[in-house]
Amino acid sequence: MTTPIAPDLSTGARVVAKPRPGVWKRLLKRPLAVAGLVIIAIVVIGAILAPWLTGYDPNEQMFDGLTIEGSPLPPNAKFWLGTDLLGRDLLTRILYGARTSLIIGIVANGVALLIGTLVGVTAGHFRGWVGSVLMRFTDLMMAFPALLLAICLAAVFQPSLWIVAMVIALVNWVQTARVIFTETSSLSEREFIAAERTIGAGAPRILFRHILPHLVPTIIVWGTLGISTTVLLEATLSYLGIGVQPPTASWGNIIFENQTYFQAAPWLVFFPGAAILALALAFNLIGDALRDILDPTQRGRE
Amino acid sequence: MSASLDKRREETAEKTGPVLDITGLSIAVRGEDGEREVVSNLSLTLGRGETLCIAGESGSGKSMTALAIMQLLPKPAARIAAGTIRLRDAERNDVDLTTLDERRMRRIRGDRIAMIFQEPMTSLNPVLSIGRQLTESIEVHTGASRAEARRRAIEALKSVRISEAESRLKQFPHELSGGMRQRVMIAMALALEPAVLIADEPTTALDVTVQGEVLELLRDLQRVHGTSIILITHDMGVVAEMADRVIVMRNGRMVEEGATGDIFAKPQATYTQELLSAVPRIGEGPGRRPSRRDDGTANDHVAEINDLSVRFDLRGGLLGRVNRRVHAVEGVSFSIAPHETLALVGESGCGKSTTAKALAGLVPYEGAIRIGGRNLSGLGGDERKAVRRDIQMVFQDPFASLDPRMRVGELVAEPLLIHGIGSKQERRDRVAALFERVGLSADQMELYPHEFSGGQRQRICIARALALRPKLIIADESVSALDVSVQARVLDLLKELQSEFGVAYLFISHDMAVVENISDRVAVMYLGQIVEMGTRDQVFSNPRHPYTKRLIEAVPVPDPTRRRSRFARLDKEIASATRKVGDDPQRLTLRDVGDGHLVAG
Repeated sequence: MTTPIAPDLSTGARVVAKPRPGVWKRLLKRPLAVAGLVIIAIVVIGAILAPWLTGYDPNEQMFDGLTIEGSPLPPNAKFWLGTDLLGRDLLTRILYGARTSLIIGIVANGVALLIGTLVGVTAGHFRGWVGSVLMRFTDLMMAFPALLLAICLAAVFQPSLWIVAMVIALVNWVQTARVIFTETSSLSEREFIAAERTIGAGAPRILFRHILPHLVPTIIVWGTLGISTTVLLEATLSYLGIGVQPPTASWGNIIFENQTYFQAAPWLVFFPGAAILALALAFNLIGDALRDILDPTQRGRE
Repeated sequence: MSASLDKRREETAEKTGPVLDITGLSIAVRGEDGEREVVSNLSLTLGRGETLCIAGESGSGKSMTALAIMQLLPKPAARIAAGTIRLRDAERNDVDLTTLDERRMRRIRGDRIAMIFQEPMTSLNPVLSIGRQLTESIEVHTGASRAEARRRAIEALKSVRISEAESRLKQFPHELSGGMRQRVMIAMALALEPAVLIADEPTTALDVTVQGEVLELLRDLQRVHGTSIILITHDMGVVAEMADRVIVMRNGRMVEEGATGDIFAKPQATYTQELLSAVPRIGEGPGRRPSRRDDGTANDHVAEINDLSVRFDLRGGLLGRVNRRVHAVEGVSFSIAPHETLALVGESGCGKSTTAKALAGLVPYEGAIRIGGRNLSGLGGDERKAVRRDIQMVFQDPFASLDPRMRVGELVAEPLLIHGIGSKQERRDRVAALFERVGLSADQMELYPHEFSGGQRQRICIARALALRPKLIIADESVSALDVSVQARVLDLLKELQSEFGVAYLFISHDMAVVENISDRVAVMYLGQIVEMGTRDQVFSNPRHPYTKRLIEAVPVPDPTRRRSRFARLDKEIASATRKVGDDPQRLTLRDVGDGHLVAG
């Protein structure tokens, strides 16, 4: 038993930590993440500087914006992305619409993630009657048609951009809660959580220091997926007249206003659609990169 | 001319030559920093009806070799870089398996070469009955009719001594015990009468008494069918028990090859010598002095456990009422003195881990647990937290018990932080000192758990348990997952720490040899109750309870000259600790047979 074994495997391999650059620096090393950052920067700058970037008013129905027959113009030298059914400049509307869509995509989605994560983590970690009540409530919300719920909520409150954002958040947290619940309950069963309890760790420490960091990848994936969903839900609400009130532009309502003319004027759906896609993709790329960077077990694989 | 010569040579080879012939096999795995060879230039032959053991520690490439033979290497990361694997059997003469395409290989797998894995539960499909799985593989390979396949399946189950084979066909994997499942796997593997059977750690996940039986079964079946067996194991006891010939591997290379007797009697390579000397053996522990000090404080117990019971309710029936109860721990009492190591041994499901969890505050219990004279159940939250500081735990799997997203330095400092001990700098210094003490270096504190080896990780867990200077450390199978050489060093470390800090251990293990080496006193558990308890010498030299005797006899001895002809046979399935409500198990009373040696019944 006590015979010494010449090569001490367990202590021989000395690995020494190398200082690591910060998250931001490592993010900039990834071309795809940089592409995502660039897209988001363009959208944000476009939204902020919209009045200076375009000479048109987003709500002005221009006489020369329509043909003699009254149909919208395809992209041309004067109106770069064409005009819509009412003769308004599409590029201008997309730029101004970015304001609405960014708020919806980030605020509404962020609040939804927050609620979903809180409910999911609490239910998943504590189980018992707390967990049962929370999850049955989640199931109830899930079973209820989201659109109907949103309509009810929107009818109760006066429609405004922030109210719409809250309504969307209140509808959209359920899927997140479900997924987070499942992950948390399996994490809580892991041995290192039991090990934490044996050293006397309390619930807040276990939840915030040991469970939440493991949920980051899931939260990021759901967060980025949620952006396109929320932007489109806002559009649906606008279409039904309970979202952002016309003539205020949002990417979603541009699509909905024009979708019936899709065959005659495809650009009216294509450009705002491409904008939503690009924004969601950009968040997705960054999310993907962040997930790898924040996971220490992925170290050395960058 | 040469063709006829070759043919003649093949015909002779068919009768006498090796059934499997590996030459110059190299396996490369693509990793973070390019390709790395995990098996280098390995050559071996497997004779007809021979049992060849490939022994080695983790990372030696033994499992990779097995997967390469089956052409089941994980794709696309691993590939065969060089070498040939020739299969010469009675039906298909001389094929090089490395050149076969997937379709032809599929016919060889299972039919000519079969494999059984370590964990039978994960290699059986949980949603199909075992009958379906058995008959399906027979149908696919032989083209037999359903009825014929069924008949052969029943035959196969009978051959692995499964009773009521016909009704067993309808059962699902989860309805069988671990030993039963492994027997089903063997039945499946042997149903097609393969020329070669590869068994990758077939008994590692099994209890020691079941292990003996499965090994004996393999031996019997080999005698009947003349199958050649490649047995991959890290357990030198199993090697001594089973092998005709042994190959010792390390870091992807063959270190030594020889007949079993020679390897054990006069190992040539230094590594083999070290490996064999690191294997814990019953009765050959060094004549160490007892770590327990009789300085008049013997009554001053670190922990006293009195009439501890842990029961889990199971709900069932239409109304979901509690109708059955698992009596995991049933009236267990023992005490541990400072400087003492009490070992709790028994097979899986005997309640030893549940006892540990109750002590660590992880499961609710009935009865009294006194730490340093204070009963835990009478205390409020904060007080209990303070008393609990004195008990720390080291788990079986160090990787699973360390949060993979935290730096190890933070992990070791965490108990100090939680209990509000020291300033940030003081904590850092203390952690650095702990790192040095357990044989790591302080500059490794910034690393994450996955950057360490298994043994190093367990050292981190030990440092973490020591951080609060506890009076008792519960080591729940803490060395079971480690390679023998690493295991020996971790055990040495535990002993050193004991004499240095005076900490007591509750050492939980299924490995009788390890227990015999480390413990002062031993308690044997069976179905939630202690059946025998006494000093190490009392229990190992003079076991009184039949279960203790069987447990000790079943341990394979790492000495081929002491090979047993027959193993202790389990005549029935192990009884279950799950009982109907109201049908409480009978409490055993322990009787003193002299000098504090307690035996049930």
